[in-house]
Amino acid sequence: MILEMHHIYKDYYPGNMVVPVLKDVNLNVENGEYLAIMGPSGSGKSTLMNIIGCLDKPTKGDFRLDGLDILNLSENALADVRLNKLGFVFQNFQLLPRQTAVENVALPLIYAGVSKKERLKRAAAALDKVGLSDRLDFVPNQLSGGQKQRVAIARAMVNQPKILLADEPTGALDSKSSAQVMDLFTTLNQEGVTVIMITHDSHVAGFAKRRVDIFDGEISEYKPQEVTL
Amino acid sequence: MLENIRLSFQGVWSHKMRSLLTMLGIIIGIASIIAIASTIQGTNEQLKQNLLGAGNNTVNVKLCRSDSEYEFDNYSGIPAGVPVFSESDREKMLDVEGVEDIAFYNSRSYSSDIWYQNTNLQGASIMGIDSHYLNTCGYEIRTGRSFIEKDYTDFRRVAILDDTAATSLFQEESPLGKTIELSGSPYIVVGVAQKKDEYQPVINSVDEYYSLMSDSDSSGVVYIPSADWGISFQYDEPQNIVIKAENTDYMKTVGKDVKSIANDLLSVGKSSDIKYKADKMIEKIEEEQKMNTAANQQLIWIAGISLLVGGIGVMNIMLVTVTERTSEIGLKKAIGAKKKRILAQFLTEAAVLTSMGGIIGVIVGNILAKVISNMTDTPTAISVPVIVVSVLFSMLIGILFGLLPSIKAANLNPIDALRHE
Repeated sequence: MILEMHHIYKDYYPGNMVVPVLKDVNLNVENGEYLAIMGPSGSGKSTLMNIIGCLDKPTKGDFRLDGLDILNLSENALADVRLNKLGFVFQNFQLLPRQTAVENVALPLIYAGVSKKERLKRAAAALDKVGLSDRLDFVPNQLSGGQKQRVAIARAMVNQPKILLADEPTGALDSKSSAQVMDLFTTLNQEGVTVIMITHDSHVAGFAKRRVDIFDGEISEYKPQEVTL
Repeated sequence: MLENIRLSFQGVWSHKMRSLLTMLGIIIGIASIIAIASTIQGTNEQLKQNLLGAGNNTVNVKLCRSDSEYEFDNYSGIPAGVPVFSESDREKMLDVEGVEDIAFYNSRSYSSDIWYQNTNLQGASIMGIDSHYLNTCGYEIRTGRSFIEKDYTDFRRVAILDDTAATSLFQEESPLGKTIELSGSPYIVVGVAQKKDEYQPVINSVDEYYSLMSDSDSSGVVYIPSADWGISFQYDEPQNIVIKAENTDYMKTVGKDVKSIANDLLSVGKSSDIKYKADKMIEKIEEEQKMNTAANQQLIWIAGISLLVGGIGVMNIMLVTVTERTSEIGLKKAIGAKKKRILAQFLTEAAVLTSMGGIIGVIVGNILAKVISNMTDTPTAISVPVIVVSVLFSMLIGILFGLLPSIKAANLNPIDALRHE
């Protein structure tokens, strides 16, 4: 079990109010799974994503990621978890605009303390894997949306994390680019990477092997027969 | 770290105009400090040069009555208990640490008793010198010869003129072999002496003119062997001492040490106010330098204020940069950058910015110092320690004023930062 969430609650406190965003979320993900979390906006899926990504902490509950008790880790230890165990893909790519593709991909390796030569070698290899070996020295402005997202995926995978976390990875892409990104996710999953993807697009969610729905902060396993109704 | 520096340069370069304007405060501050420091240093150097002359580290020890030099004339006689120095006294003085050479001399200033035919040399000095004097004081013979041993042992009436005296008395004529009259006695000119290193002091004010040019040898000097002094003036007249120090640093101590040796030889009563005194050239220079430095030091503090203002400008622009790059910071934190990484990145950027400002400031400051020097005729000297300290200090300003923005960046919440557009 790579991810275990038990009775996770998350409340926000805007002003004097208490707004519960996640209510008793239980989620277990096996190593090598391909999971889609689906929900409309305001359902709490982004909050759940942030907690899984160790960017946010739940108000209460129990969360283990690859055996680590995330709730009791220091800020620096969480940075290491994000560096070594997780790879992030965002809807708006989040590439550094002044740096070339290969420099963007090499960024996590700087924090991992890899030497410059080795960094560039591994970054180039990662870009090759997403089919962009001819775009190494392009800055993001010179790339199409689909290419940018593939650079972002290369960056997420360059440090060989166990989990790939994608937040609306196709939200800003046309259908052809979306298909390429989905292909990549499938390939990565086949190589043993656990993929967790958040989306509100049921077509995209269809690529995943397992799907959970989140609605009003409550999570439920997707049952295919509901679709046939 | 190297990566951070490279990225910082990239950041500075991508906002050329903004970076330049931010640096301006630092540039102006550092440039003014450099310009002021160079001027202080240059003026100090000039004060020293003016008073010492170039490369001639001589100190005079003169017989004094209370505070002023003992003035001899042919009528008032010789003070009791002041001996003429012997060769063994000289040996003793040569043993003092830092002494390169020692010479003894008698002198009459502003003499009107120098004649060549019908030409009278007014205001010149006559000096009775031993065989070491010319060498000790840095003179060389330009034409003719120097005094030889026979001149002393045979009481030959021979004279050496310095450049000024030779020109005044003889104009175009060659003085060699001519007879001149000193205090009623005839002397034959055997040589003309000149300073080995001619040094022309830079005069900036009337005060300096009087203190530097009133020296009597500016109207010329006639040298005769010390053996002849008694014939033309008085026998057993006490002598003054001139010391050549090995270098400028020794000038203070050799003056003091030789003076006390000379004073030990005196057998004047305890209550007598007759004593040898060393001229306090170095002390005088140091005093003037101290006054010059003190007068200008406040300017440096004022220039420091513009550095402070520059630093605040850097803080301001770094805060803007942090806000602009919020999503970059969020991303970096999300992919595993620790707080201290973000902190280091922004501190480096601020330090690179201000260091560049510092380096440009040093260049501008040196140009400014040159311009000031040309306009006002005050010399400047480039001081390497001041340059190094300035650049380091501007780096420190960057780190200091970059601290607040960098801490702000490091403490950003990655979720909020990522959402920031």
